[in-house]
Amino acid sequence: LGLAVYAGSLCAVSGATFLYYDYCIIGAGPAGLQAAYFLQQAGRDYITFERSHAPGSFFALYPRHRKLISINKQYTGKSNSEFNLRHDWNSLLSHDQRLLFRHYSRDFFPSADTMVRYLEDFASLLKLRVQYNTAIIHVTLEKNEQTWNGHYFLLTDQDRKNYKCSSLLVAAGTWVPNVVNFPGSEYVEGYETVSINPEDFTGQTVLILGRGNSAFETAENILGVTNFIHMVSRSRVRLSWATHYVGDLRAINNGLLDTYQLKSLDGLLEGDLEDLAIVKDKKGKLHITLRFYLENRNISTGIDSITLPQDELDNFATRAPYDRVIRCLGWKFDFSIYNRSLKMMPGKGNIKKYPQIKPSYESRGTRGLFVLGTASHSVDFRKSAGGFIHGFRYTTRAVHRLLENRHHGVPWPSTVYPITQLANSIIKRVNEASGLYQMFSVLADIILLRENATAFEYLEEYPIGVLAELEMQTGRKAGSGLFVIIMEYGKNFSGADKDVFYYNRAVGEAQHAWQSNFLHPVIYYYKRLPTEHEMRLRPPDWPLPRPDAIHHVVEDFLTDWTAPNAHILPLRRFLENCLSTDLRNFFAESCFLFAFTHQKLPPSCQQGYMRMQGLLGSQELRHHAVQAGLLQDYTHTDFLGDRPPDSHDGSQEQLMRDHGIRVRPLQHLVNDKDE
Amino acid sequence: MSAQKDGWVSSLVFLLFCACSIPRSGNANLQQELSPQLYFSSLEAGKTSLAFFTPSVSPGAQPFLEQIESSAEALQDYGISVVKVNCPKEDASRYCGKENALRKAFLFRGNRLIREFPTDALFDVNSIVANVLFAVLFNEVKYVETLADLENIENVLKGKSNMVFAYVPATGTAEHRAVMEAAFVYGTIHQFVLTTEAALLKATSHDDHDVSSAWLLFCHCQQATEPAQPCRRTALAQPLTLLSIHRHLKLMGAPLVTEVAEDPEKISTVHLQLGLPLVFILSQKETYEADRRTAEFVAWQLLGKAGVALLSRDLVDLNVLHQSNVALKTPDEGMPIQYLVLEDTDEVITLVEDKNKVKQIQEEEEEEEENEDEKENNNQDIQDDQVVEAVSRDKKRELPLEQVLVLTEENFHSSLSEAAQTVVLFYASWEAVSLAVLRSYSEVAARLQGTPGVLLSRVNCWDWPGLCSQENVTQFPTIKIYKEGQKSVTYNGMWGTEELSSFILLSQVSCPLKLATMDEAEEYLRGEFPSELSSHYHTSLLGVFSTATSKAREAFEEAGNILSGHVRMGMYFEDDALALSQKYSVSPPALLLARSGGQSVEGIALSKHSVQDMVQMIRYELLDIFPEITVPNLPQYLQLRKPFLILFSAGDISQMESKEMLKLAKGRPQQAFVACWLNLKKTPVGHGILRTYFSTTPSLPVLLWVNLHAGGQVFKFPSEQPITEMNILSWLEKLQAGLEIPSSTLSEEDWKPPLPAYDFLQMMEPSMPELSPHSGATPVQHPPKSPGGDSAGGDTATREEPSQESTEEFGSPGRDLRGTAPRLAARDKQGKRHSEL
Repeated sequence: LGLAVYAGSLCAVSGATFLYYDYCIIGAGPAGLQAAYFLQQAGRDYITFERSHAPGSFFALYPRHRKLISINKQYTGKSNSEFNLRHDWNSLLSHDQRLLFRHYSRDFFPSADTMVRYLEDFASLLKLRVQYNTAIIHVTLEKNEQTWNGHYFLLTDQDRKNYKCSSLLVAAGTWVPNVVNFPGSEYVEGYETVSINPEDFTGQTVLILGRGNSAFETAENILGVTNFIHMVSRSRVRLSWATHYVGDLRAINNGLLDTYQLKSLDGLLEGDLEDLAIVKDKKGKLHITLRFYLENRNISTGIDSITLPQDELDNFATRAPYDRVIRCLGWKFDFSIYNRSLKMMPGKGNIKKYPQIKPSYESRGTRGLFVLGTASHSVDFRKSAGGFIHGFRYTTRAVHRLLENRHHGVPWPSTVYPITQLANSIIKRVNEASGLYQMFSVLADIILLRENATAFEYLEEYPIGVLAELEMQTGRKAGSGLFVIIMEYGKNFSGADKDVFYYNRAVGEAQHAWQSNFLHPVIYYYKRLPTEHEMRLRPPDWPLPRPDAIHHVVEDFLTDWTAPNAHILPLRRFLENCLSTDLRNFFAESCFLFAFTHQKLPPSCQQGYMRMQGLLGSQELRHHAVQAGLLQDYTHTDFLGDRPPDSHDGSQEQLMRDHGIRVRPLQHLVNDKDE
Repeated sequence: MSAQKDGWVSSLVFLLFCACSIPRSGNANLQQELSPQLYFSSLEAGKTSLAFFTPSVSPGAQPFLEQIESSAEALQDYGISVVKVNCPKEDASRYCGKENALRKAFLFRGNRLIREFPTDALFDVNSIVANVLFAVLFNEVKYVETLADLENIENVLKGKSNMVFAYVPATGTAEHRAVMEAAFVYGTIHQFVLTTEAALLKATSHDDHDVSSAWLLFCHCQQATEPAQPCRRTALAQPLTLLSIHRHLKLMGAPLVTEVAEDPEKISTVHLQLGLPLVFILSQKETYEADRRTAEFVAWQLLGKAGVALLSRDLVDLNVLHQSNVALKTPDEGMPIQYLVLEDTDEVITLVEDKNKVKQIQEEEEEEEENEDEKENNNQDIQDDQVVEAVSRDKKRELPLEQVLVLTEENFHSSLSEAAQTVVLFYASWEAVSLAVLRSYSEVAARLQGTPGVLLSRVNCWDWPGLCSQENVTQFPTIKIYKEGQKSVTYNGMWGTEELSSFILLSQVSCPLKLATMDEAEEYLRGEFPSELSSHYHTSLLGVFSTATSKAREAFEEAGNILSGHVRMGMYFEDDALALSQKYSVSPPALLLARSGGQSVEGIALSKHSVQDMVQMIRYELLDIFPEITVPNLPQYLQLRKPFLILFSAGDISQMESKEMLKLAKGRPQQAFVACWLNLKKTPVGHGILRTYFSTTPSLPVLLWVNLHAGGQVFKFPSEQPITEMNILSWLEKLQAGLEIPSSTLSEEDWKPPLPAYDFLQMMEPSMPELSPHSGATPVQHPPKSPGGDSAGGDTATREEPSQESTEEFGSPGRDLRGTAPRLAARDKQGKRHSEL
């Protein structure tokens, strides 16, 4: 705080040209508002800049056909609000029950207008500080050793007003349309401007470039009125139900797949758009040709002199001329506003539309610059949900927690439990936690064991990419070993070309849980925190390096992992063997017996019974335990005809023998001899 | 057990080493097929080979050939090669030509023929090895037929070396082979003597030994210096095998008595390594010579059964009873050394022999168990948590919870204002302990039904996690009591119907309760006021303060808040407080303690004024002087961290015993122990305790001293003495002086995981290379060729056998409903196993 005050005064001295804030957020979309909410809750000095007059300007335009493809499940049969967030893909996180999306729309796939209205309410009901009509057009750095990160961020808006910030949170999304340049690309209409009125397409033949949800959404809209639609893109179609990635083609948009496969004139083609060329004939029809044919020719000589592929190959697939060509190639991050000194670099390969960031969401080039929301999707592109509201609402919270620790000395929130609660705390979280579920394989719950393993500390939803830096990033100590709890799909199950409906795709037996295919909890045990080196050397496709032990909780049809024998028992055995202790629960009577016959007690007796919180149990329960052979009933003991000590029916003796009570007094041996 | 196994393994390794160190024949082929010329030219001097000649077309002798082939490997260990020589048809030389030569095998050393064997003497591997070695070791192993021959050999050996004498019912048997193999290794150290004469057996063994089983004696002739003195003999008790002979000879070779000057815990000898116990004779400087003789005497008796060591107590600082004279160390790991006081040497011997007997039985049992374990796959999937299992067996029963209000996020706050006192159970519907407590809670509800102003309710945190975390509930179950305008109180007592009901009732009145008049105060002490609690028996505690002592009063009030629900506390600070306290001969600030309905009131002056001290003092004062220990109250007394002097009684204790014990307890106000008793009728689990301490339940009542917190020794008050204060005191003195021997010691064992977990890391290992970019390059396909047939959809590289097995066992596991019935059937099997446990 002192630093902030000092920094504030510094600005005042240097003149009124700069408005100072500890945190500046660029963009008041879902991620920007989510970040603003957490900063507001923590009482931080922050501002959100929004170029439009209202929040969520992207949603005001997109998706063009106004149907969101994020599900808005109103009923789950459960009242658990945390669990229900697993099936609510639109709400942002807040304490306000009114701000649940199901109060805004009853549609399973709601309208984008509702999202705009929701975001407006979110900003106003929570009184978030948003400065509208402020487009940040330039960002640069000012070196200053006294600051949090060694520099200030200087922001300039369209009116040349300047702002100075200690930390910059970029939640600007990806809004610059991807365009490809090829000869004739001037005839191509963009998704952002193309008509959405189907009547404008009546009786036309349409070519769509791209194979994402926006392309299929566009096709779906005009499917009924066109002659036929062809779709071209470089890669084959990726179906989200096969890849378990919500960014791939969703079933709601895939009507064209039907008509293609049922031979109803529509079709899909694969080809590199860079090789294409489009020529317009005199009637205004568009012909597909190859850039190759155009290379040595003068286009101005007219269409007739240009070779078309069908001239050489008379069954060329796209030989029919098109009336319209529509480009639906998605968007990319706006790199243009950042000064070179910020080193905002595009990622490599298929993540080049996103800026390069670390798994902590901090820019690789600039300390103190964090990328939130859709633009941060490079961390889990095509893997998890970090590019979507239902994913980045959690990663934004994680970034906020990292910032709280780094700048304000507020360690990552945690709860300390006695070791007897170990299995319970895991079961509770894997059954209801939404962040673990939505951001599977990206966010993890961490259990830090205390010395002697009598207690543990529970940290929720930490980004596993920076597991090695846990102590530094959270302010918590991980000296005595840790468990990492994440959710995973089966390693070879999902994929664009996989059959995800094969027989026996689901595992039912706990002992084969490691072969589970559907999303299921996995617990990694490390005796010490993995190093950065180990994180880098982890096996491909593994979210984490090789642990000292691993446990898979077998996948469940209902995603309800509370079955005592199939889920909890194997988990308990795993935890017991990692900690080398006995985590069973005991009735008070068993603890009583142990107290008189053992010098040490099992944890549940130590932390329960011995602290006068023993479980006496009802008559029926004790009776059941006796019947199960897990508790001995001594009430009918006839102590004249005492049974021989090695008789097998004494279950208490069974218990004892398990624990090697080896009291064999001398008299016993002598007696034996006498007999 | 494991030490014994180690012993076996080490001896095996040793034997193999001996065998392997013998120079091998030049050619490594086990059995060569050669022509006669080649064979005879290849014979090297000093090399032994067994040859048999077959015509190139061999019609018969097939079984013999098989046996000799399989014995080739065994013989090669002894440097003997086995050669099959093919006789050409026209060959008529000595070995090939004669018809009967073909029915024989010939043993050559170099090119000299040592022995020829008729093939009918070589009927199996044992007979081949035994006979061949017998021939090879002609000089090392003497064969005797009469007792006189044996005595002659014995006399020659006296003072020089020891003799191993073996009787085998016939040559060529497995026992014969074992003896010959042992002779091959030990023949240069000991003289081996063999006989097949039953008469010789009768002459050498004491009892009627079965002539059909082999018998081996170790004769200690080296020590017999006097010609007239016979050699001492030690028989091998186990059946004759190579291992048992080797073990026996190893034991005979060990020093008779080992002298040690070290902590017995650290000592390890051949005996311990071979799984036999080690007896320590504890010696002192003054008695050293006598002790040494005793040790030697014992050692001879125990030879082959246990080792004997002589330990000088003067050299080692032993923390054991002064009069202990024998210690016993067993090979089992983690088993403490037993220190004993024994009267004569026979006791030592019976002790060891019985121990071995018990051990043998245990081993057999363990082996059985191990086998079972393997079959049952370790029972990992069988529930061994008594609470979880009990709750899941009870899940079908509908709980009578009509009296318990279900609270939700919506109605929580409005419901709290409905009654003066709202009890809320926070639980998770999937958690076993929660459900167990819910069952007791329903009983509490039934019991408290109709109590005015008390509302019982519950919140399922699985449904309402927000509400639970808002109410600061982090663990399940949690019970909180909400009263209007007051902070909620969290229940921290036993999860039992009785305890919880009493807590709720006591929580009704404020704690401490302000009493307005002297009469009220008196009624309160008699338990008649307030009326809500009059039906409820409890010790009453009254704080008396003059108005001036506000600091003590504040502390008392604060202590009352902490103890609320557990203790009945009242407070009086009117003007006549002095008069009230003086009635009980204390002056304020003071505590008045009325036990059992105000029959006796005790006055205690309050000297400490901190809240913590006050709470501790009140808790301490509420403890009984001579309590009956029960399951719910034990932890209170354990917290004193003192040893227990506990009287186990079959029912109520007699007046006499009670009086004496009370005298004993009251006699020393600052006791170093907790005097208490246990009613086996009321607390039947006490039988379990006694059964652990003593193999048979001793005659009751039995008085025990249990060092629960230090050392864990259990001492039994001599049953022949009457339980009187005097007797107990003198016994305790003896105990303190270390003059008594503990009857038992509490197990020090740590609570380890009862069973191993599934080792998924290991199961995943084979599939890990698959994940590397190179080998995983081929896309894994799931051809729908065989619907339902393929267990893993063709991804067999990553799938291991377990899944295949399961497919066979349970049909198709998983989502497919076809798998459900078989899986349910499999569960039935588990149920059966449970009842067998």
